[in-house]
Amino acid sequence: MDFIPNTDEDKREMLEEIGVDSIAELFSDIPSEVQVQGELIGEEGRTELELKNEVGSLAKENAKPGDRVNFIGAGLYDHFIPSVVSHVTGRSEFYSAYTPYQAEISQGTLTWMFEYQTAISELTGMDIANSSLYDGGSAAAEAVLMAQEYTGNRSVVVANTLNPAYREVIETYLPDPDDSVIQLPDNNGTIDTNALERTVSSNDDLAALVLQSPNYFGLIEDLRGLKEKVNDGFLIVSSNPISLGLLEPPGQFGADIVVGEGQPLGNPISFGGPLLGLFATRKEYLRYLPGRVSGKTTDGEGNEGFVMALQTREQHIRRERATSNICTNQALNALAATVYLSALGPAGFSRLAEINWQVSHYLARKLVEIDNVQLTWEKPFFNEFVITIGNDPERIWKSMKQEGIDLLHPKHLKHMGLDRNLMLAVTEKIRKEDMDHFAELLEREL
Amino acid sequence: METIFDISKSGRQSTFFPYLDWLSEDPESELDNGLIRSGKPGLPEVTQPDLVRHYVRLSKLNYGVDDGLYPLGSCTMKHNPKPNEDIARIEEFQGHHPLASYDLVQGNLRLSYELGQLLKKISGMDAITLQPSAGAHGELTGMLMIRKYHHENGQLDKRNKILLPDSSHGTNPASAAVAGFEAIEVKSNDQGTVDIDGLKEVADENTAGIMLTVPNTLGIFEKDILEVASIVHDVGGLCYFDGANLNAFLGKVKPGDLGMDITHFNLHKTFSTPHGGGGPGSGPVAVKENLEPYLPVPIVEKNNEEYQFGYDRPKSIGRVNSFPGAFGVLVKAYCYILALGDEGLKRVSENAVLNANYLKEKLQKVYTLAYKGSCKHEFVLNGGGLGEGVKTIDIAKRLLDYGYHPPTVYFPLIVQEALMIEPTETETKETLDSFFQAMVSIAQEAADDPELLHNAPTETPVGRLNETQAARNPILRWTNSGQS
Repeated sequence: MDFIPNTDEDKREMLEEIGVDSIAELFSDIPSEVQVQGELIGEEGRTELELKNEVGSLAKENAKPGDRVNFIGAGLYDHFIPSVVSHVTGRSEFYSAYTPYQAEISQGTLTWMFEYQTAISELTGMDIANSSLYDGGSAAAEAVLMAQEYTGNRSVVVANTLNPAYREVIETYLPDPDDSVIQLPDNNGTIDTNALERTVSSNDDLAALVLQSPNYFGLIEDLRGLKEKVNDGFLIVSSNPISLGLLEPPGQFGADIVVGEGQPLGNPISFGGPLLGLFATRKEYLRYLPGRVSGKTTDGEGNEGFVMALQTREQHIRRERATSNICTNQALNALAATVYLSALGPAGFSRLAEINWQVSHYLARKLVEIDNVQLTWEKPFFNEFVITIGNDPERIWKSMKQEGIDLLHPKHLKHMGLDRNLMLAVTEKIRKEDMDHFAELLEREL
Repeated sequence: METIFDISKSGRQSTFFPYLDWLSEDPESELDNGLIRSGKPGLPEVTQPDLVRHYVRLSKLNYGVDDGLYPLGSCTMKHNPKPNEDIARIEEFQGHHPLASYDLVQGNLRLSYELGQLLKKISGMDAITLQPSAGAHGELTGMLMIRKYHHENGQLDKRNKILLPDSSHGTNPASAAVAGFEAIEVKSNDQGTVDIDGLKEVADENTAGIMLTVPNTLGIFEKDILEVASIVHDVGGLCYFDGANLNAFLGKVKPGDLGMDITHFNLHKTFSTPHGGGGPGSGPVAVKENLEPYLPVPIVEKNNEEYQFGYDRPKSIGRVNSFPGAFGVLVKAYCYILALGDEGLKRVSENAVLNANYLKEKLQKVYTLAYKGSCKHEFVLNGGGLGEGVKTIDIAKRLLDYGYHPPTVYFPLIVQEALMIEPTETETKETLDSFFQAMVSIAQEAADDPELLHNAPTETPVGRLNETQAARNPILRWTNSGQS
């Protein structure tokens, strides 16, 4: 199966117009000694029916997600997605379009981008948001680069309660030894503010503090007073956007940049991608913003419309002096988020956040009734929490898997020295009977 | 332009969540009051019918490749096969967490692994990462690997320069800069290819590498590419191949056989996954054996007949994403490659190049071709000089009135009034002929009635929009008063 319409007759006519005898002649500028001879991938084409049969059976080599109960979070969360989302993102006028360079025939894309920027600004409590970055980790890295550019400083303090994958992405983006990445220790699962004060007072090159709330362990960090503690450095906060239906947004605590993983907003986990990098900041940093933004303007007759604004920050114009190298972003995932947030509205979104709090606390309460199970830290959490069990967590992980219950592998907690622990995420999709069943099984195992 | 916020009315809602009588937990009893959200977020309030109508209306203001020809140079706007969209949404593919136990996701891992094998064969490379999210992300990954390579060899201190032809994509110098390199421009010669003497002048012991786009952004194959590679290698640099234009030579030649050390793929260009109105994409990076240790973690590995993510890579540059990559995009690219097979993949480049040369041959009778000679998958015209004050932007905007998406304009920067045209292989001869006729009519209009072009477009939902105003007075979010 291919998608090429040229018939033999078409080709003959076209070659005649060009004035060459064969298509091979059009490739004569490629040195013949390096042209591919013989097979390329050793595959014959498939018809649609064959393709669907073959790739469909590959899909069946996976477990069926609907048959299992999933408590894995760690940055990606399995939320209910209303049908309206895929009906909108499935319209090919949206998904088969390119970046809206030609504004007059891209008002659909540019309008939802503007809506998305508004919704993300609202959620985070910030002035402005861009129209997406790749994912939560790369958004955190871009935030650090922006903080360095604005402050002229190089060193970055990263909370050890930040998702460790995000810290690794930040470190990858900062390969220069002058860009020191300093780990901020925790105090019982949330950042150690005394250590922060010591770190800041001994550092005259601070570009930013990066932390996450709810943090990697689900605990809510107290953001009050942190902006004052980092002096002229940026306060960069990564948040699970769903939590912002319940929690005071970082913008209210003086955050300079709010980033996060936008997947929970109407996007499937999809085995880790495509994801959605959220990025929101304050007006005064506008010229430093990475990525695309839609802005309102008018045409010659005064009609309102949208264009890609401030393109002079971007790589296709500014080249090596651009604010970021990003070009392709996560537009369709951002459209999904826009539709999702509009479908829920303020009441639905707040209620969703409340349910997530409630169901996770329901499970936590059930589990701590079991002998040998405690909350690792008795601190407020959102929809994810860590328990300490008097047993080898890997054994529990294995036996639960046999029962159709998926837990985060305990190795993802080991970097914190947690070796008798399990971390559980609960969303509105988890049923009460599945939590009760899990609690019974855990009690039996311990 | 009406937004969803403009049609919002307090009290409306589309999605509701159940009341669950077994839940009694109360956040306010546990959480310090100062940490609880004081006001609800200002999201739109709409019912489902309003919501659907709003976005259907917006979709009709858009133009996608499903609407018609999209000859946007450098972007490879080809047909997005529909079966692939359906296959990628299969629950068993889409419903898994990347941190799930490997035995539950063998299908996803095997698909990723096999896609990697196919891309290695197509590019003539030895190892691959599927992690980068886009072309520019792949470039950054490649630049960081070049950096690490020189670091391991104790040469990073002096090797701080990346050579870039002046015809390169804008992301190239930007990616080099993000990785901490200095971007050094290499001039093109009068045939539009890398000037070999110019290259010899700038290539030296400070060269970390070169970033080459082939065919370059003029659509011209770098005929001296083997010599370019040896010049760079001789001074100790590495060769990065920007694979954005792979559609031009798919199955005809492999970057790995051209002396290239690293290349990225744009799955959302060459391998037909949709652009989504700007994304998501996917930018896998393939390398020669000597760079394999530096690939980002994790890598999809096969041990005996089992697949897993491999993290034990001590020399890796680290992660470039929080999770292993855009799996949903990988599924579509994998389906595309299998559907086409060997012969189909070769027909892609053959017909992409045939279509481009055909259109070029016709258009050069009416427009000025920036560089003469055979092109590959795209070519560049100079849109100036057709009528009084008529510029490329006017031609582009007039094309909108004829119902076409315009070509890429004002890029590459080395061509005045550039119009960069890439028809792709999925367009019919009839479509190309109609587009040609539109371009002929516009050239005539430019001479007879330049005002018509200056005032274009007139057939679109809005007229020509004022970008300067949007930059001077940025309004980037909706507010009650309409101001930012």
